[in-house]
Amino acid sequence: MSGAATGETAGVEWRLAAPLGLTYLAFFAAPLLILLVMSFSVDDNLGGFSLAAWAKFWGDPFYRGVVWDTLRLGLVTVAMTTLFAYPIALLFIASGPGLQRLLLFIVLLPLLTSVVIRTFAWIAILSREGVLNQALLALGLTTAPLNLLQTELGLVIALMQIEMPLMLLPLITVMRQIDPSLSDASRALGGSKWRTFRKVILPLSLPGWIAGATLVFASATTAFISQTVIGGARLVYLPTLIWQQAMVVYNWPFAAVASVTLLVAVLAGVSLFAMLGRFARTA
Amino acid sequence: MSLQAPAIPPDIQSQPLTLDAISHSYGDALAVNEVTLEVRAGELIALLGPSGCGKSTLLRIVAGFINQTSGRVVIADRVVDALPPNRREVGIVFQSYALFPHMTVAENIAYGLEARGESKTTCRERVKEMLATVRMEGFADRKPRQLSGGQQQRVALARALAVRPRILLLDEPFAALDKNLRLDMQIEIKRLQRQFGLTAILVTHDQDEAMSIADRIAVMSKGRIEQLGSPVEIYDQPETLFVNDFIGSSNRFAGVIESAGEGAYSVRLASGALWQVTSRKPFAPGDRVVATIRPEQLVLTDEATAGSIPVTLKLSLPIGGELIHDVETRSGEAFKVAAGRRPGEPASPMAATHCALAPHARPILFPQPAA
Ligand SMILES: Nc1ncnc2c1ncn2[C@@H]1O[C@H](COP(=O)(O)OP(=O)(O)O)[C@@H](O)[C@H]1O
Ligand SMILES: [Mg+2]
Repeated sequence: MSGAATGETAGVEWRLAAPLGLTYLAFFAAPLLILLVMSFSVDDNLGGFSLAAWAKFWGDPFYRGVVWDTLRLGLVTVAMTTLFAYPIALLFIASGPGLQRLLLFIVLLPLLTSVVIRTFAWIAILSREGVLNQALLALGLTTAPLNLLQTELGLVIALMQIEMPLMLLPLITVMRQIDPSLSDASRALGGSKWRTFRKVILPLSLPGWIAGATLVFASATTAFISQTVIGGARLVYLPTLIWQQAMVVYNWPFAAVASVTLLVAVLAGVSLFAMLGRFARTA
Repeated sequence: MSLQAPAIPPDIQSQPLTLDAISHSYGDALAVNEVTLEVRAGELIALLGPSGCGKSTLLRIVAGFINQTSGRVVIADRVVDALPPNRREVGIVFQSYALFPHMTVAENIAYGLEARGESKTTCRERVKEMLATVRMEGFADRKPRQLSGGQQQRVALARALAVRPRILLLDEPFAALDKNLRLDMQIEIKRLQRQFGLTAILVTHDQDEAMSIADRIAVMSKGRIEQLGSPVEIYDQPETLFVNDFIGSSNRFAGVIESAGEGAYSVRLASGALWQVTSRKPFAPGDRVVATIRPEQLVLTDEATAGSIPVTLKLSLPIGGELIHDVETRSGEAFKVAAGRRPGEPASPMAATHCALAPHARPILFPQPAA
């Protein structure tokens, strides 16, 4: 790629990028700057300068807990999607074209339904009278209905289904490009199936996993609807906190602090995965 | 070229491989049809045939990557059909080499040893030994992508041989190599196969490759073995028209059996010439046949002789040390005549008017195929 753009074409490319660039400047960079200024303001008119909001946010163990819960939700969701995505991806590359189309359709299904509908569907499944509890009770696996709604476990289960395509699509794309004779070579050399996965498939699929993990992390930590509807009032994550502070309490500087914190937290997580990627490439 | 077989180290026991009535279908499509083949201990057999005739399928069955629909694979008197690939002790070299791209050369070679739980010291020593065997010392820490095609193939061989397999399978191993490099690698593989006393199957669609390194060749077509024999047998005595046409180049003449006796036949060709041909196949006078003859078993002359065909010379091409003449009979049948070219001899030497069988010529008779 590099070296393709020579002197005279470079100018043209810049102008082509201008509309999107200006849009970003006006509707992304500018609001971000306002947000940052807001977090140091006294009130919602951007007036004055104060560290009060920052001090209140980081001084309170409750709010620090919210930050940690949000990050943990992202990491746990990444871990759980990874755990389920690999078997599906392995099944995908091992199956014929017909089954592949079906699997791809099932994988993409969550993306084709509205977030709100998916989330309420999960309520129907996870609630005390829900499908899951009825099934568990009928099978005698539990004597009393489990409390899944408003728990992190329930939220992670729902998020896992909703975010699965984001993990699976890059993973499948990368795994399809792995030469199938590499697995054959490993097997013929005496490698078990597990060894072949661990030593050959897994390392070579890492770029796909990193892309997927980045998307899932960013998406799970900011999944406002799922977090509020399934997490309810008992579980508070940064997006919910921001909404409460901005729309209910009307404490805009404080909401701004939470927003900037969420932004930085997500960026930190994302760059962690990117770093893993660079490490995996050089290793 | 004759390769001296080095003494096989005493600790290596070559083992025979038997394919017993193997058939395989992908869904409804029959890819391998009742193949029976006995590979002797220490022998290299080439599976030669056009693309899609089932060679790779057969190889993958031996390696255990696919389970045949019916038939048995026997390695050293032991039926291995129930064994997964990692328990068959079969080494395989792929056309794409299939080196692990994220591992160094040394890690690639050590892979099979580590899978077998060999100690670190054993691994290190064996890697060193194998690198020396394939003359790749000094490349231990390279990644596969930093190697040329030939070097990658050497590493692939070293990796397959490091675990001391009983059987070596090679699937089109030279297809991705330059022509010059090909011969070097063919010699190299032959050398290693002898040195390690390996029983080997080489899959190829390239007849020169099969001719140059195989002890015996199994010519395959449509999932079946058409003929099994030494390279010379296959070339000189093809049993079917398919083998005749697939191996080397050959001219076909339509004819009719005029008289028959004790495996010797007189054949009247369409051009009127009468050829005396011996054949083990039974024919009766009046049978329509195809007589085939290699271009190098024909000579051009400027006068009529016994059994000669009147021809016109269309074109002569100097191909290295050979002259290939493109000639045509009066009735318009085109065929080729090959002759050695003396140094300095021009491409178009003579005003040839006739084509005759060379003194050593052995035309081959086949029944006329149903049109
Ligand atoms: N995985 C497969 N699924 C279905 N058909 C296959 C598969 N692999 C090979 N075939 C078919 O089986 C036949 C033999 O293939 P193959 O053994 O690869 O031939 P060769 O190696 O001689 O070119 C071909 O017609 C091919 O299309
Ligand atoms: Mg093949």
